[in-house]
Amino acid sequence: MKKDSDTLPEERHLISRKIDAFFIEIYEIFKFVRRFFGEAFSSPFEWKEFINQCYQIGYRSLPLISMTGFIVGIVFTKQSRPSLSTFGASSWLPSLITIAVIRALAPLVTALIAAGKVGSNIGAELGSMKVTEQIDAMEVSATNPFKFLVVTRVLATTFMIPVLTLYSGLVAMMGSFVNIHQNEQTSFAAFIKNAFSTISFLDINSSLVKAICFGFTIGAASCYQGYHAENGTQGVGKAANTAVVVSMFLIFIEEMIIVQFVNAIR
Amino acid sequence: MSNSKDRETVISIRGLNKSFGSLTVLKGVDVDVFKGENLAVLGKSGGGKSVLIKIISGLLKPDSGIVNVLGSQVDKISNRELQELRQKIGFSFQSSALYDSMTVRENLAFPLSRNKRELSKAEINKAIEEVLNDVGLPQTINQMPSELSGGQRKRIGIARTLIMKPEIMLYDEPTAGLDPITCIEINNLILQVQQEYNTSSIIITHDLTCAKNTSNRVAVLMEGQFLTTGTFEEVFSSKDERIKTFYDYNFIQEHETI
Ligand SMILES: Nc1ncnc2c1ncn2[C@@H]1O[C@H](COP(=O)(O)OP(=O)(O)O)[C@@H](O)[C@H]1O
Ligand SMILES: [Mg+2]
Repeated sequence: MKKDSDTLPEERHLISRKIDAFFIEIYEIFKFVRRFFGEAFSSPFEWKEFINQCYQIGYRSLPLISMTGFIVGIVFTKQSRPSLSTFGASSWLPSLITIAVIRALAPLVTALIAAGKVGSNIGAELGSMKVTEQIDAMEVSATNPFKFLVVTRVLATTFMIPVLTLYSGLVAMMGSFVNIHQNEQTSFAAFIKNAFSTISFLDINSSLVKAICFGFTIGAASCYQGYHAENGTQGVGKAANTAVVVSMFLIFIEEMIIVQFVNAIR
Repeated sequence: MSNSKDRETVISIRGLNKSFGSLTVLKGVDVDVFKGENLAVLGKSGGGKSVLIKIISGLLKPDSGIVNVLGSQVDKISNRELQELRQKIGFSFQSSALYDSMTVRENLAFPLSRNKRELSKAEINKAIEEVLNDVGLPQTINQMPSELSGGQRKRIGIARTLIMKPEIMLYDEPTAGLDPITCIEINNLILQVQQEYNTSSIIITHDLTCAKNTSNRVAVLMEGQFLTTGTFEEVFSSKDERIKTFYDYNFIQEHETI
């Protein structure tokens, strides 16, 4: 191509290039989420891919979630014992642990682990499909890549993260029971009785709502990053990385907002 | 060329412009593709050839100009009409773009089962076997794309579009990165598709052997416009330096002996 001496047209911005780009990105994300709701509830639905993704996201994360849940239960029990003992209240360990696990630890730990494992997976998979033109290929063959790739994955994380949260909460309490049984010789029945004496439905429900929000966030943020990956293989790495960072960041922000809400109702 | 005036056009482009930011890629492209013909588009890399066929298939939007494909203007029609039009267009990507996570069978079933929901499993399987036979790769049906060679991937990519029985085929550099023997096989496949499926095609390439063997007409895209259009011999008897360079590079042996 001929290089003319005339300079490139000056680029114009409303505020500055970075700030403009930030707001454009926010708008793009808004459009992406709006498209998700538009396409999630219009037929046809990709059932087979949805089930497959639930399996990938849910079942494949079980070993990791089991390990971390169990360890969190044991460690948290061990760390709480000394301070409760000073008041002679170590018999209240089960109920303290349950409140901590159900209200805070299970949703947060599960979501963070899933953001790392599932988020990077989705970001990298969709990112490489984008840069190798597989998404374009679906588009030109008159099929809907958004429905097949994005809708199924976002719904699968929204559905599976609460399930995993419930599961990891139970595993954490198992870990806690093992430790308490060894040290205080508490029976299983007594542990359960004490554990559920202070927990309310509001606690369980708000945790499930939190987990649903976290699941949606992980799915949407990771799909968005992957679906908009650019610049070849480098872009795939960046998509996977940004998917995890953004998911984790949003999870903490949501945690903070939801806690304020729940405390206001309580 | 003489009788081309009264032939039916399937793709008709007038005054097409396209730029990305400050980079102007296409400036005033005019071209026609007639029913049943293979048109080879030559041009240097980065010259906007892929952008041209992406506009034809509705993947990119033109900035201005008229792009008429099978009677509809691709950038003006509704989403639903675009989907219907796309079922009649086959797009063979330079990178083949096979779905990595699916077997060859699932790759081929993907567009068919979603666009023709009335088909039974048996009918879909039959269509898959038929099209695999046509591209000469029935044995790969249960393989993953990562297990295939470059030439096989190209063929499966072409098969995946043929399964929809397209009226128009768009080939993006079908022979790029392949060995000479595989190139000849792909060229023959393109000819076979033209005859058996009655397609009209655009073949993007900078491989002149491919252009010469597969196309009825050749168009040269330079600096965002078509320089000349005509049969292979017509185009390459031109005195234009840029076209000569193209020819000399591809057939350097002949050139030296002249
Ligand atoms: N989606 C896009 N965004 C920005 N620039 C693009 C895009 N697609 C292509 N280009 C640019 O347009 C020019 C022509 O690209 P292309 O059509 O792929 O060339 P080729 O003739 O080799 O196929 C290149 O400089 C490329 O960088
Ligand atoms: Mg190209």
